[in-house]
Amino acid sequence: MTYTLKQAADLLAAGKTSAVELASDYLARIEAAQGALNAFITVDRELTLAMARKADASRAAGNAGLLTGVPIAHKDIFCAEGWKTTCGSKMLEHFVSPYDAGVVERCTAAGLVTLGRTNMDEFAMGSSNENSAYGAVRNPWDRDAVPGGSSGGSAAAVAARLAPAATATDTGGSIRQPAAFCGVTGLKPTYGVVSRYGMVAYASSLDQGGPIAQTAEDCALMLNVMAGHDVRDSTSLEMAKEDYSRDLNQPLKGLRIGMPREYFGAGLAADVAAAIESALAEYRKLGAEVVEISLPRTELAIPAYYVIAPAEASSNLSRFDGVRYGHRSQNYEAYFEEHNKEAKEEKEKVTLLEAMYETSRAEGFGWEVKRRILTGAYVLSHGYYDAYYLKAQKVRRLLSEDFQAGFGQCDLIAAPAAPTVAWNLGEKGDDPIAMYLADIYTLGVNLAGLPGIAHPVGFGANGRPVGLQLIGNYFSEARLLNAAHQFQQATDWHTRAPAL
Amino acid sequence: MQWEVVIGLEIHTQLSTQSKIFSASSTRFGNEPNTQASAVDIALPGVLPVMNRAAVEKAIQFGLAIGAKINRKSIFARKNYFYPDLPKGYQISQFEVPVVEGGQVTIRVGDQDKVINLTRAHLEEDAGKSVHEDFHGMSGIDLNRAGTPLLEIVSEPEMRSAAEAIAYAKALHSLVTWIGICDGNMQEGSFRCDVNVSVRPLGQKEFGTRREIKNLNSFKFMEQAIKYEVQWQIEQIEDGHKIQQATVLFDPDSGQTRMMRSKEDAHDYRYFPDPDLPPLVIDEAWIERVRSELPELPEAMQARFQSQYGIPAYDAATLTSSKAMASYYEATVAAGADAKLASNWIMGEISATLNREERDIADSPVAADALALLIRRVMDGTINNKTAKDVLKKMWEAGDSADAIIERDGLKQESDTGAIEAIIDEVLAANAAMVEEYKSGKEKAFNALVGQCMKASKGKANPAQVNEVLKRKLG
Repeated sequence: MTYTLKQAADLLAAGKTSAVELASDYLARIEAAQGALNAFITVDRELTLAMARKADASRAAGNAGLLTGVPIAHKDIFCAEGWKTTCGSKMLEHFVSPYDAGVVERCTAAGLVTLGRTNMDEFAMGSSNENSAYGAVRNPWDRDAVPGGSSGGSAAAVAARLAPAATATDTGGSIRQPAAFCGVTGLKPTYGVVSRYGMVAYASSLDQGGPIAQTAEDCALMLNVMAGHDVRDSTSLEMAKEDYSRDLNQPLKGLRIGMPREYFGAGLAADVAAAIESALAEYRKLGAEVVEISLPRTELAIPAYYVIAPAEASSNLSRFDGVRYGHRSQNYEAYFEEHNKEAKEEKEKVTLLEAMYETSRAEGFGWEVKRRILTGAYVLSHGYYDAYYLKAQKVRRLLSEDFQAGFGQCDLIAAPAAPTVAWNLGEKGDDPIAMYLADIYTLGVNLAGLPGIAHPVGFGANGRPVGLQLIGNYFSEARLLNAAHQFQQATDWHTRAPAL
Repeated sequence: MQWEVVIGLEIHTQLSTQSKIFSASSTRFGNEPNTQASAVDIALPGVLPVMNRAAVEKAIQFGLAIGAKINRKSIFARKNYFYPDLPKGYQISQFEVPVVEGGQVTIRVGDQDKVINLTRAHLEEDAGKSVHEDFHGMSGIDLNRAGTPLLEIVSEPEMRSAAEAIAYAKALHSLVTWIGICDGNMQEGSFRCDVNVSVRPLGQKEFGTRREIKNLNSFKFMEQAIKYEVQWQIEQIEDGHKIQQATVLFDPDSGQTRMMRSKEDAHDYRYFPDPDLPPLVIDEAWIERVRSELPELPEAMQARFQSQYGIPAYDAATLTSSKAMASYYEATVAAGADAKLASNWIMGEISATLNREERDIADSPVAADALALLIRRVMDGTINNKTAKDVLKKMWEAGDSADAIIERDGLKQESDTGAIEAIIDEVLAANAAMVEEYKSGKEKAFNALVGQCMKASKGKANPAQVNEVLKRKLG
């Protein structure tokens, strides 16, 4: 038996199950599915059950909150004390975090029980979850398909009902795209709503944590836990505490949904377009009005993102040097000898320290990470900074202006989450550019810092799910959740689960 | 050929905050390695910097003290390079928009005042330390210092001699300790100087190629290093070589500078705005509050001392060379000492004794009010100046008050006219020859007679009175 977050909470409140029972059931499901899906990097039965027992004890003592004892999964990017936090990288294969991320702290304080750590693209770089040092994740709807990325493990786990909900992060679509590919609901909040403290940084100005769950309602409950000001994150916003579920039951009458014509042109697969069309028809039935808008500079989001994100990443990932923690090569002395013997000129030679850096990072990072570090170092280097980084920042401002102009004509913007349904494993492995282009519909939201939600709206080719993305203006999370929830009250796409 | 030396300084001052610039760890010096290194300081995955407002406040204090522009919005940037004692692989610093821009410092070399313009001062974090002793064939890393707040103060290349460079560094050192933003401890690295040196033929407009001497932590080394470097550069050029832009280190043992890296090896730091830190915004109210709390600055105080106490410029400058000396002086005058006498005593006996004992005036065994009492006893004629010096010595050793020592040792000056007349009569009777000499016009004999009278009174006679009575008696 599997549950939504809300159902699990209700059962616990009614005394019909216990945290230990729920955790044990889900651990069994995770174990059974691990071989087929590889959705988790780390499962630690003892840690999980200890948390569950604690939750049961606090419920028995009358101290239970709304979600006390409900199990969830954490993306392996959030540091959690006592848990291995690998971030999908060999670099952190043995890194056990000595501290909790802000998000983990809040989840634990709410009594949520950690089922395990979900798989992800290494350091959140990727759109297919194939860039994990711990193996690709498979899409529960079709094991030949990718689950999307970088939060592929979280999306697959929720889709396969291995957890009622999971934490995730979104830097360029990493919540919305895998949610769409796996037929689940994912919310990327306004930049600054969820603390980045303890969330391993990929691109700091774009990274934002958020939930993936079966329903919009569950996403609201999760965001209520995850969101909040954190003094340890200087980009975290000082805002009054919000109840993100407050507007769930508001009717959609009068809601204006903008359809940017640039998002529905060439490049959008017919099956995805069709599913989105019928979803918008459903929204009309619910009382919404659909208007055409324009986001004229949409296509610039790709080059801007793939300059800014690698630039920040190249610097963020410098701390992984094998000096204080993380992977340190065993081979650096041999490399030092060999390299210097072959060096033709004095300046080609390396010091022993450089040999340690080079071998440790060469062995610890995967190809996509290396590609982005190199790209990032290049665009920041002397003589190129203005042409790339500064230009990209200007484009970023223009994209934000486009969105603001768009919101002059509508309340929410509807868009596909991706141009196609999930592609096949290995399909784009040799072509990073093709993979980058598939991010076209999600990148703008991150560059502008806006919130976005993806929810399932049907199936396309090969029975693979299609997701609709709704984009709101700053701090309109409650509105986005309201729209998706009303849609889910009228449809059942979100209740469909893949056969395991 | 006549050569002109061109020098500019970059000085790293450690700001004396309780906690680090981006974390809550203590900044205390000298603790066990890595006991002041938090998750943020060792750059664990996921940690983030949070700006320490106390460090910003000290930067504002400095900017106001040198009459600089405080930027209402400045930007933190990442300076990227790999080094084991740099945990994040980048240093958070300020690049394009620093917190402080411009400003001036007046230096004095010989009897010439010169105004040195500052380029900027920016906030940044210090790195940790690599420890090579104690580890056989390996290096240790101590991150206690990592994240200590620094204010890097950059001057224009306006100094024209080692003496000017030293005077500038000393003036800044005195200023930052005066306003209390830095403890000034050079041994512990709280005040470190990088010196850019170039030479050019006198009269040439363009600057020569500079070399930067890194990390000088004493004024003595700075002077040696600059002198050596200048001589070396001149010799190179005169031998037909070109100076290559480079970073050099000074070796105190050999007294020479040696190259650390050339321009070709220079890092590309790939600066970019730190996305973890919003722009540093400083509003008018903050600046005004800091301004209102700023202590009186040395220059202003010097002018006030001249007008308020009527002492010469030289005295005022010496007494305001440190905040401790200035307040000692003011306390002495406030306790009733004559302003000029107090100045003489402090610049003279007190300073000499403190120097001899290598003590700071703040720890003087003779407090300001005790000195004031001694000076008052000279002023009211209880003792004369010479006796007072002996009394001070005893005060210094025993800690007794001037009155107690005068009383105990019977040093009270004889002012009883009858007693003085009796002594003078005796002296005149015993020195008839001298009296004759005086009467025949030898003025010197008068001084000799005064000396005899003072001797006869065991130094206790009031010299002015002796003079007066003696003159009368000799007609």
